Amino acid sequence: MSTQASELDTAVDELTEVLDDHVDVDESDIRDELTNLVKEYQVPLDEARRSVINSYTEDTDVDPSDISRGGEDADVLVNDIEKDEEWVNVEVKVDDLWDPRSDSISQVGLVGDDSGRTKFTAFETSDLALLEEGQSYRLENVVSEEYEGDINIKLNSQTEIIELDEDVEIGDNTVTIAGILASIASDSGLIKRCPEEECTYVLSEGRCDVHGPQDEHEFDLRIKGIVDNGVEAHDIIINQEVTEELTGMSLSEAQEIAKDKLEITAVREQFKDDLVGQYLTLQATPYKGNNMINEFEFGVETDDVDSLLVRARSI
Amino acid sequence: MSESQYTYHPGRRVFAAEFNDGTHTYSESDEDRSPNFQLLPTGVRANRVLVMGTITEVEDVASDPDTEFLRARLVGPTGTFLVYAGQYQPEAASVLRDLETPSYMAVSGKIRTYEPESEDGEDDDDTTIVSIRPDDFLVEVDADRRDMWIRETAAQTLDRIEGSDSENPLVAKAIDQYGTQPAEYTSCVIDALESLEVE
Repeated sequence: MSTQASELDTAVDELTEVLDDHVDVDESDIRDELTNLVKEYQVPLDEARRSVINSYTEDTDVDPSDISRGGEDADVLVNDIEKDEEWVNVEVKVDDLWDPRSDSISQVGLVGDDSGRTKFTAFETSDLALLEEGQSYRLENVVSEEYEGDINIKLNSQTEIIELDEDVEIGDNTVTIAGILASIASDSGLIKRCPEEECTYVLSEGRCDVHGPQDEHEFDLRIKGIVDNGVEAHDIIINQEVTEELTGMSLSEAQEIAKDKLEITAVREQFKDDLVGQYLTLQATPYKGNNMINEFEFGVETDDVDSLLVRARSI
Repeated sequence: MSESQYTYHPGRRVFAAEFNDGTHTYSESDEDRSPNFQLLPTGVRANRVLVMGTITEVEDVASDPDTEFLRARLVGPTGTFLVYAGQYQPEAASVLRDLETPSYMAVSGKIRTYEPESEDGEDDDDTTIVSIRPDDFLVEVDADRRDMWIRETAAQTLDRIEGSDSENPLVAKAIDQYGTQPAEYTSCVIDALESLEVE
């Protein structure tokens, strides 16, 4: 598909305008760069645009994803967003706010609509009004971000926050998993994450897959495991908050145990001793083949002996 | 459906009476390390089982005195599971080594079958011993958890019996292989449930 000259003109105008808000720009430079990419190298306009934005923001503090695409964004449901870096409008209710792990993040949590929940992040530099838990909003010009196979949304300086009078109902995409915790993976318990901002990779022997060897780390607590109900096996991930509740061990207590035993793996061993072989009933949000656990209860529901006997005798 | 060797197969809930009758094991592909399955008499395949009961005795049955091969008898209301742990199940072996019997235990692991040689060294009788290798876990439980397992296993065994359609190739194979109908295992379910009633 070739790009028409008029489309190119519009793109140049728009791009000059939006870039002008952030960095020093020169319209003729933008025109040359875009024309070169589109005409000479047959790069699609969207890609060309992105490449120009990246080149202008490269040596600045401006996050390229803060620079919105011209034209209208589509109204979508949060779980219908499929691609990375898609510009959209959503109408959502704030379901949960978490403590930001980094000073650059002003707010992080879950928002949801009829299609379910998704994580959102807002950054200090965007200087946005803070969202309130339980309030519904129309969020215009948010951008999607793919992280570990999941789509999140990021608010940015182009985002418009409009409070809604009506309440957005959050659809339930949680599932119940009941069975026996059959194993706890080796990268469970007390783990070390990469200290780089916005990076949450787990360090392996002090190394981050993205950022290389690290002198520092941030401790976290989690359980990756398998719940076996006799018919199916489910992969589960339990985050710090739920792990603390489930095990009765706080992150700082876990750090103490690791220090006393001189082994970070001591925490996982403790979890294994306490939990493997236990019946659990879990509320989970499915997440690309995994299940993120929100709530737990010990035990599973079973039919009582009498009704099972009635059933057996009727065969 | 492709299944890699890394697929975690669920630990079937099965009573000893059915498990010990399930002497036929097979692999679904010729590929190296493709998983092995036990054909349960109710017509369902099992790559692993997850069972609970009372361990009444543990014995080192290794023929070589320098090695250790522990055999535990895990007793339930319908019969006894044999659980073998050696060097490849170090965690389970260390639990069994120091275990005070009797003790309620839960075990999850892979299934093994073997045909013992008879006294005169001839392999003439058809006895096949089915046993469990505690590859996943072997942990102590309390009576409540063991009872929960019996109710769960009763329900899942009934599910298998009620779902056994002779058109299903595994069900047909089980009927042909063992000469029994899935419904015959209703009686062990009743035995197990009645053991809970008495308590």
